[in-house]
Amino acid sequence: MSIHTIGVIIKDWLIGLLAGWGVPVELSRLLIEVLTWAVGAALCIIAIMLAALVFIYLERKVSGYIQSRLGPTRCGPVGILQSFVDVIKLLLKEDIVPAEADRVLHTIGPILFLAVSALAYVVVPWDEGGTVAGKVDAGVGVLFMAAVGSMGLIGIVVGGWGSNNKWSLLGAIRGAAQMVSYEIPMLLALMCVVLQAETLSLAGIVEDQKGSIIAWNFLRPWMWLPVVLFLISGVAEINRTPFDIPEAESELVSGFHTEYTGMKFALFFLAEYGNLLLVALIFSVLFLGGWLSPFGYPDPLRLPGIIWLLAKSLLIVLIVMWVRWTLPRLRVDQLMGLAWKLMIPAGFVALGVMCAVIMLGWA
Amino acid sequence: MPDQEGILAQLKQRFGPDGIVRQLTADGILTVWVPPEQVRAVLSSLRDDVSPPFRMLYDLTAVDERQRQVRPDQPPGDFTVVYRLLSLEGNADCRVKVALTGETPAIGTVTDLWPNAAWYECELWDMFGIRVEGHPHLRRLLMPPWWEGHPLRKEHPARATEMAPFRLPEERMALLQETLEFRPEDWGWPPPGPDQDDLYLNLGPHHPGTHGVLRVICRVCGETIRDAICDIGFHHRGAEKMGERQSWHTYIPYTDRVDYLGGAMNNLPYVLAVEHLAGIEVPERAQVIRILLAELFRIISHLVFMGTFAQDVGMMSPVFYMFTDRERALDIVENITGARMHPSWFRIGGVAQDLPKGWEQLLGDFIELLERRLNEYEQAVLRNRIFRARTVGVGALDVGTAIAWGATGPMLRSTGLAWDLRRQRPYGGYDQFEFDIPIGKQGDCYDRAVVHMEEMRQSLRILRQCLQNMPAGPYKSDHPLATPPRRAQTLRDIETLIHHFLSVSWGPVIPPGEAEGRVEGTKGLYSYYLVSDGGTMSYRTRIRAASFPHVQMLPMLCRGLMVADLIAILASLDFVLADVDR
Repeated sequence: MSIHTIGVIIKDWLIGLLAGWGVPVELSRLLIEVLTWAVGAALCIIAIMLAALVFIYLERKVSGYIQSRLGPTRCGPVGILQSFVDVIKLLLKEDIVPAEADRVLHTIGPILFLAVSALAYVVVPWDEGGTVAGKVDAGVGVLFMAAVGSMGLIGIVVGGWGSNNKWSLLGAIRGAAQMVSYEIPMLLALMCVVLQAETLSLAGIVEDQKGSIIAWNFLRPWMWLPVVLFLISGVAEINRTPFDIPEAESELVSGFHTEYTGMKFALFFLAEYGNLLLVALIFSVLFLGGWLSPFGYPDPLRLPGIIWLLAKSLLIVLIVMWVRWTLPRLRVDQLMGLAWKLMIPAGFVALGVMCAVIMLGWA
Repeated sequence: MPDQEGILAQLKQRFGPDGIVRQLTADGILTVWVPPEQVRAVLSSLRDDVSPPFRMLYDLTAVDERQRQVRPDQPPGDFTVVYRLLSLEGNADCRVKVALTGETPAIGTVTDLWPNAAWYECELWDMFGIRVEGHPHLRRLLMPPWWEGHPLRKEHPARATEMAPFRLPEERMALLQETLEFRPEDWGWPPPGPDQDDLYLNLGPHHPGTHGVLRVICRVCGETIRDAICDIGFHHRGAEKMGERQSWHTYIPYTDRVDYLGGAMNNLPYVLAVEHLAGIEVPERAQVIRILLAELFRIISHLVFMGTFAQDVGMMSPVFYMFTDRERALDIVENITGARMHPSWFRIGGVAQDLPKGWEQLLGDFIELLERRLNEYEQAVLRNRIFRARTVGVGALDVGTAIAWGATGPMLRSTGLAWDLRRQRPYGGYDQFEFDIPIGKQGDCYDRAVVHMEEMRQSLRILRQCLQNMPAGPYKSDHPLATPPRRAQTLRDIETLIHHFLSVSWGPVIPPGEAEGRVEGTKGLYSYYLVSDGGTMSYRTRIRAASFPHVQMLPMLCRGLMVADLIAILASLDFVLADVDR
């Protein structure tokens, strides 16, 4: 039973309930439509919250493992409650706005950042035919995700500018330059997948890879370059080492969120982990067959597709964490050089190869 | 040893026998007095014409002579400015002294001869009130701009109890706050024009990349650094002034804290200087124990350097491994001395106690472990491609510039000059040890890291030799100035009992004279220049710390580079702020 069918059953039950109370069917359909979207929006936020809760703990444990220490151990068994304690701590902290800061922009920044991050979750196909909105993503999931994803930097720039701090400003400018640059190779990699699947729908891309692990995109040789490009630019998009120059602790103190405390800081934090999960999810959808089981379609293990999707995403997240705690950080000019001199040309090469593959009829 | 007579003869030939007066010192360094009007000519001729040429201004300081009792055969004067020159190619030393008279005497600048004189001369003004004429930007260097008086003058109080009670009324508070306002003119920069869009970026004193309380004011255009200024003095504790209030023995713990990563290594130059003054011979076992601890601390300090360097270019993990290994080394230090970072373990004439039972096992295990781990670190850090991209060619320095700016230690060796004091002028028994001098090629951040890494290997080699060849015998000298009389004898006659009482309650009386003790420390050359007036305390303690000239080079190294490079350069300088400010 997929998420989609559960959604349909709940809807039918609600319409029946409302009809029993004498509500006209048309009105109740409208109500339920609104309700569905509201629940969807809430689910996006909740997904981010859960991602942050799990990933903060995971990150601390993974970094602890990589750095030959234990990580959190005090809160709950093996420190499992650490994230909750962190949340409480952040909630209780005083919200400080610097005296000379632009109060409005300072407040809007983190909200915008989180909102954009949450918005992109709308089109993630969690299971067969199921985005959070309860319906297939209207065929333009890729476009929507790309458009919304690039808006995240507005939150960074607004927050960095509104803080009235030179470090924040430098971090924001670095962030803007970086996110704009890495958007391009990312989209080029995306286009390869779109050409392969001949659809802009994320769900359609998964459908295209239907079958066991052999049918997934990452095993097609002409997809290897896009896989690498997407992973690298994805890491750059979410500002993690070796691309963490907007925060660059040892250089810019804390970059664009230097002046943030308490919940506002937590919003940035939430959104960053939300973005981490998002990139992992999209990567899984594009190249690892999304909600498909590696053992073939339909899944011989009969697990819900969302389990497979999350398992694949977790793998990607772990790889990204591993990279973060291993590599040093690039300098700004090296980072931009990498994007413009290496990855964008490589993206065009990948796109050309993809076109050739289609014209030769191998796809 | 270099031909001192030859250098002296060359000077006398140029400036006449009357202009150059030689002074004999306990450390045997060629010391000459020159009249104030000739000092510039003498220094410039020492730099360029004399053979061997003295290319490095090793130290520049002053002594307030107004309360000094014992000054035989020295020209009269209220203040003495001491230029300490070093010739690397000739392996020679020279000390040029100038006697100045008057309440606020003046002397000409030598910044055009040696660029690193700039800070030393600021320090002269700041600490002694000696005006330096022709200095490009004379300012308070270590003390805050509003400070009254010059701390190293004898009339300046050394303790808070000698001063009036501290009060901070509102109006004074406001005044002090105002001095904190940043005005480019105060720092020798042109005032911002109407069409200038440079950004003044204030890095520190509280910044995660500065390793302490260092303030770097950068003028940046975009992320490119046009110019930078180092503001130091936040860690100034008056270590030199304290030397004038502590007995010869009780000053040892203060030296530990000068380069606080170097621990016992700091004791060494100080006790060497005192031993020079008093003519104390150190027994062999004590020498080897000192070398053992000094090399252990070199490793400890270099591990911190590698870890924090990696962290500053964004590698979050190596620092944990290196600090874990450092903990192991500190465990050995703790087992030997009882303390970890600041053991205060060396004594005048030896060390505080003999090595504990089982030290061989501890040290042997550590050497084996660290040899393996260093190879891992090389793989993980030095061979990382991003690390190389961030550091190769960044902040490069050639030999000539390094010498002109007074760079020593790994900074100097990374430029390709194999100059190590342990090899050039073996002190404290280093002539008995086998080790190589690692050098770099182009003196950039990467080479500095490589040199540090290789030095750890060489230190391990020295430690292994200590382990295999620890001589038997006493761990401290029997010299009466170094150790109290034996108990059996104090019980027999009153004379030794009196001596015992005096040397314990007052401390030893060191004969008058001057001496300098020098070591190849963790970060470069460290020396203590001590002036004894025949008392139980030093008349003047001058600490020449390696980090001071290194940090001074920062603006020169980072001009035209990016902010991220500045952090990489800062990390590669391997400085300790306590060492810069003393």
